[in-house]
Amino acid sequence: MSTFDASAICPPRLAGILAVWRRNFLVWRKLALPSILGNLADPMIYMFGLGYGLGGLLPQVGGVSYIAFLAAGTICSSTMNAATFEALYSAFSRMHVQKTWEAIMNAPVSLDEIVGGEILWAATKSLLSGCAILVVAALLGLTHSFLALWLVPLVFLVGLAFSALGMIVTLLARSYDFFMYYFTLVVTPMMLVSGVFFPMSQLPPLVQTLSHLLPLSHGVELARPLMLGRVPEDILLHLFALILCALAGYLASLRLARKRLLD
Amino acid sequence: MPLSVKGLFKAYGQKSVVAGLDFELARGECFGLLGPNGAGKTTSLRLILGLARADGGEISLCGEPVPERSREARARVGVVPQADNLDPDFSAAENLLTYGRYFGMKDADIRARIPRLLAFAGLEDRGGEGIRSLSGGMKRRLTLARALVNDPDLLILDEPTTGLDPQARHLIWERLKLLLQRGTTILITTHFMEEAERLCSRVGIMDGGRFIAQGSPREVIAGNIEPQVVEIYGEWQGQGVTAWAEAHAAALCSRFETSGETVFCYGADLRPLMAHLDGQPGLRTLHRPANLEDVFLRITGRELRD
Repeated sequence: MSTFDASAICPPRLAGILAVWRRNFLVWRKLALPSILGNLADPMIYMFGLGYGLGGLLPQVGGVSYIAFLAAGTICSSTMNAATFEALYSAFSRMHVQKTWEAIMNAPVSLDEIVGGEILWAATKSLLSGCAILVVAALLGLTHSFLALWLVPLVFLVGLAFSALGMIVTLLARSYDFFMYYFTLVVTPMMLVSGVFFPMSQLPPLVQTLSHLLPLSHGVELARPLMLGRVPEDILLHLFALILCALAGYLASLRLARKRLLD
Repeated sequence: MPLSVKGLFKAYGQKSVVAGLDFELARGECFGLLGPNGAGKTTSLRLILGLARADGGEISLCGEPVPERSREARARVGVVPQADNLDPDFSAAENLLTYGRYFGMKDADIRARIPRLLAFAGLEDRGGEGIRSLSGGMKRRLTLARALVNDPDLLILDEPTTGLDPQARHLIWERLKLLLQRGTTILITTHFMEEAERLCSRVGIMDGGRFIAQGSPREVIAGNIEPQVVEIYGEWQGQGVTAWAEAHAAALCSRFETSGETVFCYGADLRPLMAHLDGQPGLRTLHRPANLEDVFLRITGRELRD
């Protein structure tokens, strides 16, 4: 009620959002290579370890080899992880510990633009992470047609959705400890029930129904057929769900940010 | 006019933090917002910058109404915040570059300004160094340089020298005097009265969210306190200084007060008091003109504000 509705009087401008994005990009550029390699290591270990190790024991999964099945899931889940990590730990450092946001707000950049820039940046970083895995998967022959190129915009959209959701958590957090709850109660369970590691049809019917509401499952439902050279079903539905998540997360973040930092 | 504040009011719950503040800054002057912790200084600055919503009053910053057009107004303002918030991920020069970008400046224009800004901060040779390797004084100077990246019409400083050693503090003062000479308008909050007396053409002493005294430092001193002070401490006839005060102070000065083990005597002519004190070997004295700190303590009280 008493929340300072700054956006009503100062609508966010792209220039302000990009100024914040560029700040983060400049930091990232200094450590780009180790950052990409670091982001790549964890999902790769999973993909190879499970894909070849566990996959060797399995017949086909969903009609393809297990590693081919796993590739699309790994791309989506590592995009989710990269976006979430950046929107949580890194953004929280800038907002709360380094007071970088406060410094920026003294310049002609609004808080809304800062939040927008942070979400856009986290999505960009997750795009790099997702694309790096896509490239490795393509080199291993796990992509089957140019349809796989659609994963690039898809990964960005998945990144936007999870960056925006992560930003909500950051704006509610009092310390880094809070993020553990989000990872153990939200991110990890979502990874397990969204069809990343095994088809959702293996889940009990009730869980399946819930899983279909999760943003990660919408990403996987689009990514997997594209990786296997097929046109996905229900494209609009899945896109709508991801866009809705990104938008709702962004709007909720703006509200929380104003409440936390402007009054 | 760089800044005009009328009837500014801000409450958090039942507590009014800014309770009817009025002041204006003329171009080229330095105005000091003084007051103990919790007087509402920092909140007032946040309101002026459009970073918090006022519950009443009008603000015009660099000709723009706040908060409606605060973003446009901030484009013409430089801010040195109380807490150090230089970007630790960047070198000194990158801090200036990034900050200039927030103002929508072109990289080439910022880069052209960086050597001058670093020189102003006395950091000519340290542009490439990380923030963590800079001393507290250097960081403050760099923060000041950062606030000048957009060549502002108004510079707002929130306790700019808190935590600095005397050398570093004097260097900041010199830089601010240089800016005043060049015609920059300055709004500064501080609780160092010496700082206010040196820099400010006008001061407003705040307490409980409103001004309780306003004017040039000289006017504020003349209007609120006797011109001379003698501080007296030590032993008197085997007792504390308070025993001396009870026996003699009232007769020798126009007003006195006791704080802990020190007696402060105020008056227009304290030579008779000093002559008397020459005959009291156990007592130690400091005779000086009254300053802004005396006024400040008199009107805001001596008790701690935590």
